[in-house]
Amino acid sequence: MTFARPLAIALTLVLQAAVLVPPSGAAPLRLELTQGVIEPMPYALPTFIAENPAGAKAATDISQVIADDLTGTGLFRQIPATAFISKVSSFDAPVQYADWKAINAQALITGAVSVQGDKVVVKFRLFDVFSGAPMGEGLQFVGPVTTWRRMGHKVADAVYSRITGEGGYFDSRVVFVSESGPKAQRQMRLGLMDYDGANTTYLTDNSSIVLAPRFSPDGKRIIYVSYKSGFPHIYVMDMATLQQQQLDDQPGTMTFAPRFSPDGRSAVFSLEQAGNTDLYSIDLASGTARRLTNAPSIETAPSYSPDGSKIVFESDRSGEQQIYVMSAGGGEPTRISFGAGKYATPVWSPRGDLIAFTKQNDGRFYIGVMKTDGSEERLLTASFLDEGPTWAPNGRVIMFTREAAGADSAPQIYSVDISGRNLKRVPTDGPASDPAWGPLLP
Amino acid sequence: MLNFNKALLLVAALGLAACNNPNRYANGGAGANGMGGAGGAGGISSQGLGDASNPASVAYFNQSVGDRVLFLEDQSTLTPEAQQILTAQAQWLNKYPDYAIIVEGHADERGTREYNIALGARRAGTVQEFLVSQGVRAGRIKTISYGKERPVATCDDESCWSQNRRAVTVLSQGLNG
Repeated sequence: MTFARPLAIALTLVLQAAVLVPPSGAAPLRLELTQGVIEPMPYALPTFIAENPAGAKAATDISQVIADDLTGTGLFRQIPATAFISKVSSFDAPVQYADWKAINAQALITGAVSVQGDKVVVKFRLFDVFSGAPMGEGLQFVGPVTTWRRMGHKVADAVYSRITGEGGYFDSRVVFVSESGPKAQRQMRLGLMDYDGANTTYLTDNSSIVLAPRFSPDGKRIIYVSYKSGFPHIYVMDMATLQQQQLDDQPGTMTFAPRFSPDGRSAVFSLEQAGNTDLYSIDLASGTARRLTNAPSIETAPSYSPDGSKIVFESDRSGEQQIYVMSAGGGEPTRISFGAGKYATPVWSPRGDLIAFTKQNDGRFYIGVMKTDGSEERLLTASFLDEGPTWAPNGRVIMFTREAAGADSAPQIYSVDISGRNLKRVPTDGPASDPAWGPLLP
Repeated sequence: MLNFNKALLLVAALGLAACNNPNRYANGGAGANGMGGAGGAGGISSQGLGDASNPASVAYFNQSVGDRVLFLEDQSTLTPEAQQILTAQAQWLNKYPDYAIIVEGHADERGTREYNIALGARRAGTVQEFLVSQGVRAGRIKTISYGKERPVATCDDESCWSQNRRAVTVLSQGLNG
């Protein structure tokens, strides 16, 4: 489908914040990114119509999920229903654009929900109000009633994607470490939740320390560290069966800091032997391991580039933690971090353009991003303890662990967008750390 | 399965903290169930620490010889004080060769998680190397790192962090030959 005046938010990386330029006359709507303060795009989302009585609750709930997703980005602002002039009485009724223009709604999202047995059907349409035209085709999603939140996320992803031109990230999940108990004796277990903290389930019990869960690229497995043998070792869990398998490694070693390769066939990790930690990769099918670094310093926190050709990692070979990039097969690394302080936990963006990291300087911790050559470093957050960034599937948002000072403090998960705006806590069931964002669900 | 005596002694060997908190590392530590046990998950175990007046006991080792050494920030080199403690540990361990040894490396909370595991491992490795240099048989010693996951002091200043940057020599009886 084509449009004369497409509704579009142009998102570019180099600029810091976005300003909405209101449409004048026939000019296309754009969200230009400038140094100014963001003015979120106003949208109207009349509560989706229940097409049968059984769908009434789902219609209300799904509408709320969509609104929470969109408004939660900080890029959109929902116009309250009390301001509406038009009432949407049926999904196929013609849109009264003038009524939505009058309240300055720039996007209009309409939809309908029905529940038949254990199935829920969700339909939606998106309209560019000032162009007076639909934006993309109407879409319908059908699935089990239990997945109603995912239906809302799917609609919100489609809306976000059409307006920004970027991939969405709402219909995705996050694995994390759920923590409980006093600081000196934290109980840990692996948790799995929707990106917004809903639908939390637990993948392990809390009988062993578990750390650093990370999704495979297809989201079907996670790789993580458990102390269940008594010593830290890496395991791979099948998400469908929850079966766990220990990675083969040599006795008398510790293994940690695992991450899948982009093709999911191998993993890179740290292996410690006699006090020294180096990087290895392992072919997951054959168990064949390959040593990638061989230095008396600590080499850890490796992460592949999305094309699988490079690995970014941290090393203290210079005397303190700094970030290096090397070929995925090993070889001489290039240092890319040069600012004041220590740089740790580098993670390559799924878009390939940026590396997120933890920085430690002068008693404060920061989450930041830099280009893959180390240039254009930008710090997004600062606190007593921020660490461990993970990327949203579209490379626009980062989650990380934040812990306040104090003997009674506990870690929490926060998110921030890569402009440094929209910092907020992800509502987890309890203390949580080490988030790892999975792929957009199919 | 679980060698119960071994597990008990391991827990008993955890040091003074174990007096008040026998289940300290039940969440998967080598101390609690690393030697092959399902020890402790949820249950409270209790056991004697041995008689501290008995110079062959773990309690004596912990209290009179000293079971731990401390490190400077982001360092794994042994201070003169640490070398003194480890020298005494080695003498004691050489005198009582039946104890198996796990050296636990720990880091303070002012670092990132994965680096701190590596740093704790480096500290444990340094202690292991020193003990071996003092004649302790290498085959008796295993090392583990808990990174920053098991602090002993939880305030947020140097007075606590300095206690957490440690390597603890944890003993268990019954080396099988």
